[in-house]
Amino acid sequence: MDTQRTASEAAPARTTENAVRLDGVSFAYPPARRGGPTPALQDIDIAVARGEIVAVVGPSGCGKSTLLDVVCGLLEPDRGTVAADPAVLMPQRDLLLPWFDALDNAGLALRVRGTSRAAARQRAAQTFAQFGLAGFERSRPHELSGGMRQRVAFLRTLLAGKPVLCLDEPFGALDALTRAEMRDWLAGALEREPRTTLIVTHDVEEACALADRIVILTPRPARVAAVVDVDLPRPRRVTDPALLALRERALEVLAG
Amino acid sequence: MILPVLIVAALLGGWELYARSGSVDDFILPAPTEIAQALWDDRGLLLDNLRVTATEVAPGIVSALACGLLLALAIHRWPALRRALYPLLVGSQAVPVVVVAPLLVVWFGFGIGPKLGIITLVCFFPVVVTTLDALAAIDPDQHKLLRTLDASSRQRLRLLELPAALPGALSGAKIAVAVAVIGAVFAEYSGSSAGLGNVILRAIPELETARAYAAVALLAALAIALFFLLTLAERLLVPWARRDTNRRSR
Repeated sequence: MDTQRTASEAAPARTTENAVRLDGVSFAYPPARRGGPTPALQDIDIAVARGEIVAVVGPSGCGKSTLLDVVCGLLEPDRGTVAADPAVLMPQRDLLLPWFDALDNAGLALRVRGTSRAAARQRAAQTFAQFGLAGFERSRPHELSGGMRQRVAFLRTLLAGKPVLCLDEPFGALDALTRAEMRDWLAGALEREPRTTLIVTHDVEEACALADRIVILTPRPARVAAVVDVDLPRPRRVTDPALLALRERALEVLAG
Repeated sequence: MILPVLIVAALLGGWELYARSGSVDDFILPAPTEIAQALWDDRGLLLDNLRVTATEVAPGIVSALACGLLLALAIHRWPALRRALYPLLVGSQAVPVVVVAPLLVVWFGFGIGPKLGIITLVCFFPVVVTTLDALAAIDPDQHKLLRTLDASSRQRLRLLELPAALPGALSGAKIAVAVAVIGAVFAEYSGSSAGLGNVILRAIPELETARAYAAVALLAALAIALFFLLTLAERLLVPWARRDTNRRSR
């Protein structure tokens, strides 16, 4: 159990180089038509060091997405403090704009920041081959496969140029085979272009394959149940016995 | 292709038999063959006036499209406007055109001005409704995405809301086409020197009912042509909307 720590022990260990730090963060959604507010996060302490990849795992509907919204500044916590470098969210679905082709979608963040359309397209085009998208520059979203759409969405997120990436179940909508493929692809992409990354998933195997650390949340309202360090060399194989052992342990914690 | 031809043939045949049976006078209901005769005999007069009416209706629809789109964007952006304006907009649709048409003629004269005004008035409402629906259908996560990319509200308007609203506005304009033609006829009734409405206005007291019906046939053809032009515009301007409906129906 040496790699398992409670959140309060984990947080102070990485104070100097933290890109993201949540202290005692709680958030509840305002009451719907009937009933009281819906608590989503409760006393969350998480610290993410610069360049670290942290996976957040929890049962579905536990408040993982809310956590990313808070980190990205899209939601203000009710209690607690959030100190984070500028963070960009990659939502669960690709949300590509159907009136733009792949290049325009990938370069969306650049255009928002004032780059001309031509320059944004050019900038996006330079990375297309590396993302396995060569030849699909002018394709509209509906002409792309699910995996390609997700890669365009990830490229759009990268080109936002923010130091922290918040990926919300980036492969949730894909079939199992594409999913495994994309997971390995993402691991490679983050190795080539290291960023501080918070990745939300309900797939423990995915978390073990990608992350330096896994934060396990309880069912709603989410609290930090445990933090698991993943000290495995890269590139990782999901069939590696060490990874499998880790996965077992994480699943045990998740099951409570 | 065979079925529509059969249906039209059956309708015209029934009409022809009824009109020729002598149960109504032919200045009340002319037979299709008489209307066809009038179409041919008066073709010069009718085509000239068709051109006049078409140059009122086409810009009128464009104007309604623009006004409806702008109003819908404004209402969407400032919800307070919805409460303030919506009842007024619905009420404006209940105003009979014949009542306000003379006023518009007084204001804008006998030229194209009052015709544009009236056509816009009767046409903008469906555009507002369908555009607002399209705007309301925007995925909230889409807004969230643009916010996380630091898009200003003006950029969200340009990159997200306007392209999302356009298909709605165009289908509203398609709904409005038929009303636009009726609006043009009313406008010409209230003061004009030409146009198919003007032709009808003159033909009826002269008991040239077949000519009036010939003008009506051309008005119908005009509406159909405009409808297809708008469908074409949809295909060219908002190809993604077509794709979406296809996918949903599959």
